[in-house]
Amino acid sequence: MSYFSRRKFLGKTGALFSAMVAAGLITSSAMAADYPTAEVNTTGLAVTDDTVKVGILHSLTGTMAISETGAQEAEKLAIKQINESGGILGRQIEIIQEDGASDWPTFAEKSRKLLVNDDVAAVFGCWTSASRKAALPVFEKENGLLYYPTFYEGLEQSKNVIYTGQEATQQILAGLDWVAEEKDAKTFYLIGSDYIWPRTSMKIARTHIEKVLGGKVVGEEYKPLGDTQFGSVINKIRLKKPDVIFAAVVGGSNVAWFKQLNAAGITSDKQTLLTLSVTEDEVLGIGGENLEGFYSVMKYFQSLDNPNNAEFVAAFKEMHGDDSVIGDVTQAAYLGPWLWKAAVEKAGSFDVDKVVAVSEAGDIELDTAPEGYVKLHPNHHLWSKTRIGKWNKDGQATVVYESDLIEPNPFPEGYQ
Amino acid sequence: MGEYSIQELTSIFAMQGFAGISLFSVLLLMALGLAIIFGQMGVINMAHGEFMAMGAYTTYLLSVMTQSYFPDLMGYYFFIAIIASFFVAGLFGYLTEFVLIRHLYKRPLDTLLATWGLSLIMQQSFRSIFGAREVSPTLPDWLMGSWMPTDSIFIPINGMFVLGLTTIVTIGVFLLMYRSTWGLNVRATTQNRVMSGAVGINTKQVDRLTFALGCGIAGVAGAAFTTIASTGPTSGSLYIVDTFMVVVFGGAASLFGTIASAFTIAQAQSILEFFISGSMAKVFTLLALVIILMMRPEGLFSIKVRK
Repeated sequence: MSYFSRRKFLGKTGALFSAMVAAGLITSSAMAADYPTAEVNTTGLAVTDDTVKVGILHSLTGTMAISETGAQEAEKLAIKQINESGGILGRQIEIIQEDGASDWPTFAEKSRKLLVNDDVAAVFGCWTSASRKAALPVFEKENGLLYYPTFYEGLEQSKNVIYTGQEATQQILAGLDWVAEEKDAKTFYLIGSDYIWPRTSMKIARTHIEKVLGGKVVGEEYKPLGDTQFGSVINKIRLKKPDVIFAAVVGGSNVAWFKQLNAAGITSDKQTLLTLSVTEDEVLGIGGENLEGFYSVMKYFQSLDNPNNAEFVAAFKEMHGDDSVIGDVTQAAYLGPWLWKAAVEKAGSFDVDKVVAVSEAGDIELDTAPEGYVKLHPNHHLWSKTRIGKWNKDGQATVVYESDLIEPNPFPEGYQ
Repeated sequence: MGEYSIQELTSIFAMQGFAGISLFSVLLLMALGLAIIFGQMGVINMAHGEFMAMGAYTTYLLSVMTQSYFPDLMGYYFFIAIIASFFVAGLFGYLTEFVLIRHLYKRPLDTLLATWGLSLIMQQSFRSIFGAREVSPTLPDWLMGSWMPTDSIFIPINGMFVLGLTTIVTIGVFLLMYRSTWGLNVRATTQNRVMSGAVGINTKQVDRLTFALGCGIAGVAGAAFTTIASTGPTSGSLYIVDTFMVVVFGGAASLFGTIASAFTIAQAQSILEFFISGSMAKVFTLLALVIILMMRPEGLFSIKVRK
């Protein structure tokens, strides 16, 4: 049906049409006709009577492709489901996918392309803090809207970004509190890969351990990204005998780190280890037998037992195969399109300023999130629960602790 | 270090010693293949890391196949995987030499560009075939865990395995290059190609087999690497820097130089890392290398060749 014929049709039969809607003859929740394009889009976005364009911007190539694959798969799943349930304001979502190629300037360039050339209404993407920091000025200048899925170091809040993963304090403080109480931990050994996220996280962890928990940091260590030799570090840990190893080693290094810990006899029956950076995705490479009994602190695990999650896991596996696994960030990425849909429908408009204003009101919530109930805080981050998962041999985690909903606090006082 | 008992310190020193030797064997195994290709043939093979990844993926494939079809053989498949990795990477190296490298022998800098391109193509192929995620073969049970000579000393078995494998490969390369007729042919060809041809050596054949041998050894290194870390499409590019570092520092054409260089770098890195942080240890090791290379541009041991 073309634009004009529908207008004509509506003009003539408007009353009848409204009556049909009222009578429930037309069942879809929202029809595009209820929201004329000129009203829902005053800023020239790529919105027609039938469609709305959004961008997906992740690394499909390069070193980060390993991690970002799951995130973009989840975003596509969410968009497919939204389309099947009638779309947003009666419009079907069209995806324009761009490849950030694990290269930060490319992320900035592709962001500009998506916002300026394609006029997309929202972008779901980025993974590393470096890629987000590169894209951020573009989103602010062009007034775009980015849904960012990774747990990250915090110390940031932008009008143009909605953060669907946890910021540092949500993840770290709850994890350390649990291990201090449950395992009676007094001494901690901190180890991470050498870049901004582990270093900032460890800084927060050290402050919390020393000032709040009254514990002691007996060692702090950073290894270059991609390093595979942990022999010397493991010997140092053996000398210091910490109650807890607190780890933020990322990517492929993780595999070497856990394999070598296991080979050196540092296993869960003798040593408590809590990591910030192992999800189901990493376990595929590490192997469950090397992780068995160690703990991860995350907001989401694939094994979460609730109806939302059962449905999500089934849908994800149907789309991406029985062997696919879902990690914390994959789930956070899945929330992006749904949060956007909720905000757009509340605003009754695709305009970024209106969607942001509604998002900042603090009452955008999802009952259907696989992780459970989430709510958007005016500071652009999510209220979320933090969970401790204990890894099993089969590569899945058993949730042994669940916090209450934690308020996001990207600028924690006294921790910087 | 007064807070630790003598026994504890002894154990730590024993394990620290092994950590150094373990790193040494990994570096040496990675560098041997490149030392042959770069050292003997003067070809700058930027795709060397991808040949390692190829060996690792071969091991992974065999692990998956063994698990689904012959689960009883899981304990032994790893030996077959090492040999298969050698032949898969070697065969691909043989073809690469035929298609790409042989046209570029007189232009060493162009080999750098061509093999760099090849490495990108190979990375993308890995990504298309195996996916972007990192994979890890299931290791036989006897490769896991550690050997404990005393209560407090843990020597990782996978580390000992790589050490043993490196020793065998190194002796093999030595015998082949310095005690066989074929090795003599290789060395003669690289020193004076025209004269070698004149005395009846099939120099083209020698080139092709040498390149294939270097790639095959990279494949073995890749297979060994699966015991330590996982494999992704870009894993190769992580190894290549360390590998070139060892070869250049050792002096390109010398087997003994490669061994000495891997040993020096590994021990420096491992000892420094025990006292300062991992990243700083790497910085200091690299700084020391740069300074030594400024004094000895040809590397630690260079073979005197008439030019």
